[in-house]
Amino acid sequence: MAIRKLGRDVAIVGVGMSKFGAFPDKAGRDLFVEAFRELRGAVDKGFDPTAIEALYLGNYSSDLFEGQGHMAPIMADAVGLCPIPAMRLEDACASGGVALRQGVMAVASGMHDVVLVAGVERMTKLPTAQVTDTLGSAADTLYEIPAGFTFPGFYAAIATAYMHKYGMKPEHLMNVAIKNHQNGALNPKAQFGVTIPDWMQGRIAAAIKKGKPAPTWRDEWDFLHDAAANPMVAWPLRLFDCSPVSDGAACVLLVSGERAREFTDNPVYVIGAGQASDAPLHDRADLTTLSASRGAAAQAYAQAGVTANDIRIAEVHDCFTIAEVVASEDLGFFAPGTGYKAAEDGMTARDGARPINTSGGLKSKGHPVGASGVGQAVEVFKQMRGEAGARQVKGDIPLAVSHNVGATGSTCVVHVYEKR
Amino acid sequence: MTEPTIRPFTAASFNQYLAEHKLMGTRCPACNATYLPPRAICPRCHGEALEWVELSGGGKLAAFTSIYVGPSAMVAEGYDRNNPYVAGIVELAEGAKISARILGVDARKPDVAWIGIPLSVAFVDRGEADTQSTVLAFSAG
Repeated sequence: MAIRKLGRDVAIVGVGMSKFGAFPDKAGRDLFVEAFRELRGAVDKGFDPTAIEALYLGNYSSDLFEGQGHMAPIMADAVGLCPIPAMRLEDACASGGVALRQGVMAVASGMHDVVLVAGVERMTKLPTAQVTDTLGSAADTLYEIPAGFTFPGFYAAIATAYMHKYGMKPEHLMNVAIKNHQNGALNPKAQFGVTIPDWMQGRIAAAIKKGKPAPTWRDEWDFLHDAAANPMVAWPLRLFDCSPVSDGAACVLLVSGERAREFTDNPVYVIGAGQASDAPLHDRADLTTLSASRGAAAQAYAQAGVTANDIRIAEVHDCFTIAEVVASEDLGFFAPGTGYKAAEDGMTARDGARPINTSGGLKSKGHPVGASGVGQAVEVFKQMRGEAGARQVKGDIPLAVSHNVGATGSTCVVHVYEKR
Repeated sequence: MTEPTIRPFTAASFNQYLAEHKLMGTRCPACNATYLPPRAICPRCHGEALEWVELSGGGKLAAFTSIYVGPSAMVAEGYDRNNPYVAGIVELAEGAKISARILGVDARKPDVAWIGIPLSVAFVDRGEADTQSTVLAFSAG
């Protein structure tokens, strides 16, 4: 497939997101309105909502999660955007990234000058068992689900293939969880915005308050090995290897390059947008890599005219800890079989050579599935503009990447961002 | 005498074969490639001259997990945190890979050394006569 350059410059000029978490009293539209209101107040030179020409909405399954289909026009109406065209994109947990790519294409093509890209998911209203089944329907329900697979199970299977091929131990994955919780603790929007040691202290305080014997963990490693505190979900993945069930929304305002200065003097350009598809997990030659991630990254890098070595930071799809390890290799940052060592050596930490998931990632920030791909763009925008507060990476960030995955890599979307 | 009817290349046909305790894939004669699950169109040459082929049922374990928190269908079968089960990806002797339940291993003592162990097909019948269905499984040893 020939890689074509974008037809014209596309810039992000403002972002907004709701807090990610569990909000029993907030419908999907309430979360979307929250994100939109933040965006509205965050564009440097302000903007008139009537300037928006189209809405691209990432949403996986409002139908099953909250009994509401046809979300895009309902979101448009909730913030007074009718009658502009509004469409929902669904590619499982990559829905947000796919919506972003469609928005980029709409602006790059000249079809629109100003578009709103958003993602929303309200998940916690459903009981956990039904959430498991709803997420499971993003897999092949005819041939994968009858085997008893769940999403933690699929990624656990990837982990066993990886362990067998490269010698990784389950303990190595804990480095990813510890790092992402350290980052998330500095993100006020994060669902679990606490470090694992802080989490432990909370558990101890709660036990004492209830008059129960206080747990005595030596350190965070001891805690993560405790089968009661960190139970097995799908061996080798435990609870703290898994992203949570979340409610949340995020949005970005995309405009043509020539109009960017109407909105801000500090835009972030999207210069590459790649997407690829793949068969169910069992039908792949190599179970230790997501070939759709490699394909999407190759497209995005070629379109942007950059290589993996040029990228300063990345937001990657860490729905499970093993997914971040594999993504760090698939994006070309580390050689196959070495991503887990890079995480252990601190290379992916905020002060490392290649910071990954400074937002806390899906693991700590939360994973409202249709919103996650857009939430990644929100973090990249803030980091590139130096507005990430306590979690800000030091130094200039000329180039960054976001990586969003649907199911086990049946869909992967990669975007490359540039700060000029 | 009439020609025997060729079953359509669908999941319903695959499941019907499973109920007959046959593991059936499809083969593209042009590519000499075998597909499981069955396909109506060859993904390599896009030809449509596929034919059903019965697989040997032998294979090896390519990847697996021991699941402690299962989907509601597995919970209904009695699996839970105290009674985990193993799901895996099996590489068949014919080369194709498929998701399946893995039997004959201790789900409480998963070991990555299981990868590569030889497996043979097993058919797990569930339910009563009218509602009976057969689940694809592979057994170690």
